[in-house]
Amino acid sequence: MKKTGGRIYTFLVFLFLYAPILVLIVFSFNDTETASRTVWSGFSFKWYQKLFEDRLILEALRNTLLIAVIAAAASTVLGTVAAVGINSMKRLPQRILMNITNFPMVNPEIVTGVSMMLLFVFAVGLFGGRSLGMGSIIAAHITFCLPYVILSVLPKLRQMDPNLYEAAQDLGCPPVKAFFKVVLPEIMPGVVTGMIMAFTLSIDDFVISYFTSGTTQTLPIYIYSMTRKRVSPEINALSTVLFAVVMALLIVVNVRQGRGRRPAKEEG
Amino acid sequence: MKAKSRLLSAPYTVWMTIFIVLPMLLVAWFAFTDRAGHFTLENILSVGQYSNVFLRSIWLGAVATFISLVMGYPLAYIISKMSAKRQSVMVMLVMLPMWMNFLLRTYAWMTLLEDNGLINAALRALGFNGIHMINTAGAVVLGMVYNYIPYMILPLYSVLTKIDQSVIEAAEDLGANSRQVFFKVVVPMSMPGIISGVTMVFVPAVSTFIISKMLGGGANLLIGDLIDMQFLGSAYNPNLGSAISLVLMVIILICMGIMNQFDDGEPGEGGVLL
Repeated sequence: MKKTGGRIYTFLVFLFLYAPILVLIVFSFNDTETASRTVWSGFSFKWYQKLFEDRLILEALRNTLLIAVIAAAASTVLGTVAAVGINSMKRLPQRILMNITNFPMVNPEIVTGVSMMLLFVFAVGLFGGRSLGMGSIIAAHITFCLPYVILSVLPKLRQMDPNLYEAAQDLGCPPVKAFFKVVLPEIMPGVVTGMIMAFTLSIDDFVISYFTSGTTQTLPIYIYSMTRKRVSPEINALSTVLFAVVMALLIVVNVRQGRGRRPAKEEG
Repeated sequence: MKAKSRLLSAPYTVWMTIFIVLPMLLVAWFAFTDRAGHFTLENILSVGQYSNVFLRSIWLGAVATFISLVMGYPLAYIISKMSAKRQSVMVMLVMLPMWMNFLLRTYAWMTLLEDNGLINAALRALGFNGIHMINTAGAVVLGMVYNYIPYMILPLYSVLTKIDQSVIEAAEDLGANSRQVFFKVVVPMSMPGIISGVTMVFVPAVSTFIISKMLGGGANLLIGDLIDMQFLGSAYNPNLGSAISLVLMVIILICMGIMNQFDDGEPGEGGVLL
C-alpha cells in the first residue's frame, strides 16, 4: 500500500517535471503554417530544416560555444592554481578569500550581472575601447565559473596526503614538476568536475550574459529574443536538438562512469 | 615552501577584486550618488515607492519555496530509500530538466497555460470551461516551482541518504511510531538539507525577472523586472537600479541570516556564506 502510494507520487512529480519538455518536443515536429503553438496538424521536419538555415541561430551557437570553451579553460587553470594557493594559506586570509569565493554563488544573479555591467561601462568610459561584447561576456563567465572550479578542486586537495608532495621534493623533484607529476594526478577528478561544471554553466547562462553582452548574441539571449517576438516552432526544434545532445552526453558520461565504478557500487 | 605556494592564489585574488569586489563597490557608489556624481540619499529613499513590488516578490518567492519543500521532501525521501543503482538513475532524472535551458522550460509553460493553450484545449475537449491561467500570480509561482524544485530535491536527498539507519531503528525500538520517527528524528536530522534547499530556491525565485515577464504578464512585476528596467529597459536609471539591487541584497542577506539561525550544529557545513 505504502509503496504504491510512493510510486504514484514519484510518477506525478516526474510528470510535472517532464510534461512541458515533452510538449515542446512533440510540437517541434508539427507541420503548421500559422506558427500556432498548440494545434497539431501533422508530422514534419520543416522546423528543423529552417533551424539549420537560420544564420542568426548558427552564429549565436558559435558564440556560445566559443565563450564556453574559453571560459571553462581559463577558469579551470586559474581556479586550480588558486585552489593550491588557498589550501596552503593561513586561517584568516583563507577565510576572507573563501567568503569572496562564495559571494557570487549566494548573491542574486541579477545583481552580479548588473554590477559587472556597471564595471564594463565604467571601464569603457575610463579607458575608451570598444563597448560591451565578446570580451566582457568572457570575463564575466570566467568570474562566475571560478568559484565552482575552486569548490570542486579544494576538497580533493584537502584529501591528499601533503607528505606526497614533500616526498617528491625530498627525492629531488623540482616544485613545478612535483606539482604536475604528484599533485595534479591526485586532484584530477576535481579539476575535471570543475571544468565540466564551468562549461555547462557558461553554455546555459542567460542572466549575466544578458547584462554584459552589449549587442553580441549568445544562444540563450537569442532564445530570449525569440520568446519576446513572434514565436515560431523553430524554437521548439532548437530545444529538442539541445535536449537530445545533453541526453546523449549524459548517457555517455554515465555509462563510462558506471563501468569504472561498478564493483565499488555493488559493495554498498 | 608554503609561503611560495600561497602566492599562487594571487592572480585569483586580483581577478576577484576586479570582477567581484570592484563591481559591488560601484553598485554602492551608484546607489548613493545622483547622475552628476554628487552624494544623495534620494535613490535609496525612492526605493520605498516600490515596496509593493518588494512585498510581492518576497511573498511569491516564499510561496514557491514552501511548495517546493512540501513537494520535494517526499520525493527526496522516497529516492533515498531506493537501491543504490536506482538512486543514481532517479537523481539523474531530477537533474536532467535543468540541462534544458531555463528560458525554454519557462517558454514550454507558456504554451501550456495560455488561454488557447494545451491545458485549456484539453479542458474544453472534456466539456469544461477554460480557466484563465497565464499572466496571473499563480502562473509565476508555478514557473518558480518548476524551475527551481531540483535545487530543493538534491540537497534534501543528499542529507537524507546520510542519515544513519540505526538511529531510526533505535527510535523505533524505543517505541516511536512511524509518524514520530519522521517528525522527531528524520526531519530534524535533515535540517541542513532543508536550509540549503530553501536558500537555493528562495534566492533565485525572489530575484527572477524572466519568469514574471514570460508567465506573469505586465501585472506581476517583481524586483528583478524593476532592476532590469533601470539598466536595460525603458526607465534607464542605473542609480535607482543600483539602489534597488542594494536593497535586494540586504533583504536576501537578512533572510539567510534568519535561516542560519535554524541551523544548529555543524556550523559552516549547511550555511552558505558565514
